[in-house]
Amino acid sequence: MSEALVATQAPEALASGASGARQFWRRLRTQRAATVAAGIVALLVLVALAAPLLTALEGQDPTTYHPSLIDSARGGVPTGSLGGISGHHWLGVEPQTGRDLFARLVYGARVSLGVAFSATVIQVFVGLVVGVAAALGGRWIDQLLSRITDIFVALPLMIMSLALLAIVPQSFPRPVLVTLVIGLISWGSIAKIVRAQTLTLKGLDYVAAARLSGWGAWRIARRELLPGLAAPVITYASILIPVNISVEAALSFLGVGVKPPTPSWGQMLTAADVWYQAAPQYLLLPAGALFVTVLALAVLGDGVRTALDPRAASRLGVGTGRGRGRGREAVTTAKEESA
Amino acid sequence: MNGFGGFLLRRTIGTLATLLAISVIVYVVFYVTPGNVAQITCGPRCSPEQVHQVAQQLHLDDPLYVRYWHFLQGLVVGQDYSTGTSVEHCSAPCLGLSYQTDQQVLSIILTRLPVSLSLVTGAMVLWLVLGVGTGVLSVWRRGRLTERVLTGLTLAGWATPVFVIGLVLMIVVCGELQLLPFPQYVKFTDDPEQWAWNLLLPWFSLALIESAAFARMTRSSMLETLAEDHIRTFRAYGVGERSIVGRHALRGALAPVIALNANNFGSAVGGAVLTETLFGLPGLGQELVHAVSVVDLPVVVGVVLVVGFFVVLANAVADVLYAVADRRVVLT
Repeated sequence: MSEALVATQAPEALASGASGARQFWRRLRTQRAATVAAGIVALLVLVALAAPLLTALEGQDPTTYHPSLIDSARGGVPTGSLGGISGHHWLGVEPQTGRDLFARLVYGARVSLGVAFSATVIQVFVGLVVGVAAALGGRWIDQLLSRITDIFVALPLMIMSLALLAIVPQSFPRPVLVTLVIGLISWGSIAKIVRAQTLTLKGLDYVAAARLSGWGAWRIARRELLPGLAAPVITYASILIPVNISVEAALSFLGVGVKPPTPSWGQMLTAADVWYQAAPQYLLLPAGALFVTVLALAVLGDGVRTALDPRAASRLGVGTGRGRGRGREAVTTAKEESA
Repeated sequence: MNGFGGFLLRRTIGTLATLLAISVIVYVVFYVTPGNVAQITCGPRCSPEQVHQVAQQLHLDDPLYVRYWHFLQGLVVGQDYSTGTSVEHCSAPCLGLSYQTDQQVLSIILTRLPVSLSLVTGAMVLWLVLGVGTGVLSVWRRGRLTERVLTGLTLAGWATPVFVIGLVLMIVVCGELQLLPFPQYVKFTDDPEQWAWNLLLPWFSLALIESAAFARMTRSSMLETLAEDHIRTFRAYGVGERSIVGRHALRGALAPVIALNANNFGSAVGGAVLTETLFGLPGLGQELVHAVSVVDLPVVVGVVLVVGFFVVLANAVADVLYAVADRRVVLT
């Protein structure tokens, strides 16, 4: 029970800087699933960053065609067993083109993670600016910004981005475009959360004290409000990242996202669709990579939420290990009592 | 203005205002974005004169506000279009003519809509049953292995992109096991049995992904309700565990599930686009993907608006249902 009591103070404790951050890490580490997920995410980030190094080690690159490795008599499947796996091509080659699969997979991680993380940064930035401005501005500014936010919440992300991506000229760098489109369309929910939280914080004594001592709105927002916003924003952002990965993959799958020759997991899936019998690993590799990445990020996101606010964890029905929280404890107690 | 009537009126006005705002955003964004629509519509081999002619015919050289005004006019009172030789009347609500086929956008959408609605409504029934069922089961078996397995499965379901699950299902069920034919859309009015049979796999693909959120929401709301005092009172009176979980705790999960269903509607429609493309179902999503690839702007704008309409409508309906499900909610 004492653990739950301490836990409820976590968001405020986080605001107090270094000790809060340390507490956060400790709370995250007590959850086994989240720790494993964090390790996988770290590994994936490392792979993405070291993609040129890894492919250099293999001696391949993601865009070179290898016609010699393709059996044109059998309709373009890779020569050799297991889709052409060899010492030179660790995961085999693509059917038809003979491009190296390992190289395309690790470069695909760059696109996937790069787009998802950057899009999340944009969403958080726009959401913070709009949310704080709505909460601190006057009645009319709040009304206007809130209505605009409502509209952006109502816009169907997939449909809008699908349409937008198609009409922008192909010369515009696609990964940047996908990032911008995802980031600038779906910031509505985060702006709503920020606005609500800022309104709560605004009523607290220490913010009132800051205002009384003549601080400007900007200084109050930066020094007094931002730390209090950290917990909900980090929590929500950690859920947005896996969602963004799925969206990028989906857009590339539909052929409007990242275009060849730049490799992307979603795009590989489209191409692999018809080859599933002849070259199953061509399909399984990007599908598996997507699954593992999104799952690891989702588990980590849950862990982050539990570490920042165990009450929310019990409310949302997630959380593993010790951070299960109030609802569950109360349930077990009630059950024991009734028994 | 008070009471239910006032609430409905306010919601209707708000909904219309939101739709109007969405139409402005969509219109401005799509028609301002660079890209030579006339050239693409005319085809790559058109001479500059022909391109100019097409631009004139499509009114592409008019100022944006004039074009938006015409668009609104068409929506409210209808509009006449000259298609070279004859004049075609497009009655209200008119969403314009397709650049590609000169067909009325509304009629294109109306022929595609039943497919998308079949997909989404069928999947919705499935994801509510699967999601709420999983949630209830994991609360019923809480603290045991079943709960942990279900929680893991739910998270995995939530994490899998819909086209990955759809692709895998299609390959395994239709390709390897040959349990079902590769889906081909059959009209409900033609043959209801074949309609359902062919949609089974698309329904499952969409529902498996969407149900995850509902399972989580159901489970957490029920756990929260179980911790409340009145449940303890029920237990003290000797009400059985089955009735506590199945009736009283489930009731607490009703309102959040309704709200989630509305909030998720937009993402479900996005999932439907992927599902349609993957399974080759001739719905709105497939039409949009096609229109986008040939830069048929009236069709694109029309589809986005119609989908936006359904999303906004779903939210409004959910607000009403929410109030009915939970009497404590005050209508504003």
